[in-house]
Amino acid sequence: MNEATTGRIEKKFKFLKKEGRAAFIPFIMAADPTLDVSLEILKGLPAAGADIIELGVLFSDPMADGPAIQSAGLRAKSAGANLHQTLSMVREFRKVDDITPIILMGYYNPIYIYGNEKFLIDAKNSGVDGLIVVDLPPEEDKELCLPSLEKGIHFIRLATPTTDENRISTVLTNTSGFVYYVSIAGVTGSKSARSDEVRAAVKNIKKYTELPVAVGFGIKTPEQAAIVARSADAAVVGSAIVKVIENNIDETGAPSDNLVDNVLEFVSSLSRGVRESR
Amino acid sequence: MTDKFSNSYKSGPDKEGHFGIFGGRYVAETLMPLILQVEESYAKAKSDPEFDRELKYYLEHYVGRPSPLYFASRLTEFFGGAKVYFKRDELNHTGAHKINNCIGQILLARRMGKKRIIAETGAGQHGVATATVCALFGLECVIYMGAKDIERQAPNVFRMKLLGAEVIPVKSGTSTLKDAMNEALRDWVSSVENTYYLIGTVAGPHPYPAMVRDFQSIIGKEVREQILKTEGRLPDTLVACIGGGSNAIGLFYDFLDEADINLIGVEAAGHGINTGSHAASLNGGVPGVLHGNRTYLLQDNDGQILDAHSISAGLDYPGIGPEHSWLHDIGRVNYVSVQDEEALEAFKLCSRLEGIIPALEPAHALSHVSRIAPGLPDNHILVVNMCGRGDKDVFTVADSLGVVL
Repeated sequence: MNEATTGRIEKKFKFLKKEGRAAFIPFIMAADPTLDVSLEILKGLPAAGADIIELGVLFSDPMADGPAIQSAGLRAKSAGANLHQTLSMVREFRKVDDITPIILMGYYNPIYIYGNEKFLIDAKNSGVDGLIVVDLPPEEDKELCLPSLEKGIHFIRLATPTTDENRISTVLTNTSGFVYYVSIAGVTGSKSARSDEVRAAVKNIKKYTELPVAVGFGIKTPEQAAIVARSADAAVVGSAIVKVIENNIDETGAPSDNLVDNVLEFVSSLSRGVRESR
Repeated sequence: MTDKFSNSYKSGPDKEGHFGIFGGRYVAETLMPLILQVEESYAKAKSDPEFDRELKYYLEHYVGRPSPLYFASRLTEFFGGAKVYFKRDELNHTGAHKINNCIGQILLARRMGKKRIIAETGAGQHGVATATVCALFGLECVIYMGAKDIERQAPNVFRMKLLGAEVIPVKSGTSTLKDAMNEALRDWVSSVENTYYLIGTVAGPHPYPAMVRDFQSIIGKEVREQILKTEGRLPDTLVACIGGGSNAIGLFYDFLDEADINLIGVEAAGHGINTGSHAASLNGGVPGVLHGNRTYLLQDNDGQILDAHSISAGLDYPGIGPEHSWLHDIGRVNYVSVQDEEALEAFKLCSRLEGIIPALEPAHALSHVSRIAPGLPDNHILVVNMCGRGDKDVFTVADSLGVVL
């Protein structure tokens, strides 16, 4: 018998359905560029229009990420990021926001080393609602996916352009919260998919599941976010946002005074794109 | 451990690619369909006599197999103990054991209809072997190599280019082998349709560890035949160096079930395991998940992968093949380690006494032989895998010895 989830993701999509619009999901890397600045950005995201937040967990070898998120990871690493700290960031956030769902996104090894069982307990107690673990395909469900569902933490699976008809049900079997459609065969922040292909792919996934379908990878502008938001239940933007962080750091690695404002302003523009799309 | 492992050490991995708790398929969903396709195609090829015929043809006529099993009489005399034999895989075309695996995988890639081959390389040996087989079959070849490794292995970079490969310097992360592997995986995620990833060692997601082992296991099979012919019995001890572990598993695999044969894997201890500057994943790491499999890794308390160090670029990797992790945990193979300085001594000794300049990788294995051979009886048969020749290392060695070329 699975424990109850936090319910935040379900409530959010129910609310958005009533509003008749898609969700906007920004991604930031925890502790990029520093722990304090990152926490300030995190706390400012809901007011800037984030419906759900993806918080990146540092890993030294991010094999599915392009240069922008790799650099974000290097900045977080120099800032001394680790998983314990990321969870404490979530706890700080929950003191001011108990509605916006938070999803941790990253790779398996830091969680495995933290200890799966302990991690799931600590994550839930910290206010984490779901997990996206890039290198845990359905073939490894026993590792973390099933224990996560038992603990009431959503395990959000990635579907990709290479996920064919034979495989889609395997991918969806233990998926919960929503499905994340990776719109390109490629790394984060690289090329962008054609909108008609994305629309067809989302429609196809929806034949197999009642869950909301989010689309990410390759969405860089408010306009692109708007187009995706017309056919999907959520649009995810990561690389383009962390790029704004990168552009607001001087040669010594110090953040500029208006880094947080600039990031949140860009997030607002993306969010407006999503809100005004339908 | 599952029951099916109890009768034989050779029955792994299970169908999910696990050796005990190690191995598996920890990759992004984008790659999963292709990895399943590689597994299926390999299973088909393995049971196809035509594939076997082709493989044997190229191994004999192109690679130059079987490689000799050579009695190293002067070293044996010098040590004054065990009889030391060299399995001469450094005499293969391209100068190392790497080509055994490349021939196998390129034949598979061709069957799968892939037109573009990618690979990662550290020292450049696997890159050269991959570029070689791509030239042989007229396939596009892209090699990812850490920017730091490109600097210290310039001759191999030029060889790859001569062979028609594109060599892409990897500047992300620490600019070494693990980052080259990350970058190759990123390429693969972006090019799954037409590209085959030719992994050079017994690591990565299933089926690679098992497949690369199968292609390298010819080393041990030949040793069995050759030693029976010359000595009339099986060896007592087998020794091989370990980075990812492909030459070692290649030598050991055929002998895993002969419990009285002593198997020793030699890791690179760099400046010493207690200095933190080494590449000994089993002796100085803990289990974790990287590059598609669970295995012993060098990492910090937060699960971030650490840089490896070894004088030998081919051993300079923070992980090890999952089957070795399993053989380590169940105690079938004894894994020891040798430092840079010790490997250099063995490198010099072998060059002077046998007229064979070994690569720095097998110099590690040889160094351990120099520790144990003197204490063994003169009827003890010891085989060490001479898995690569030292030409590529002369600059590194000159540098370490303070010689300006």
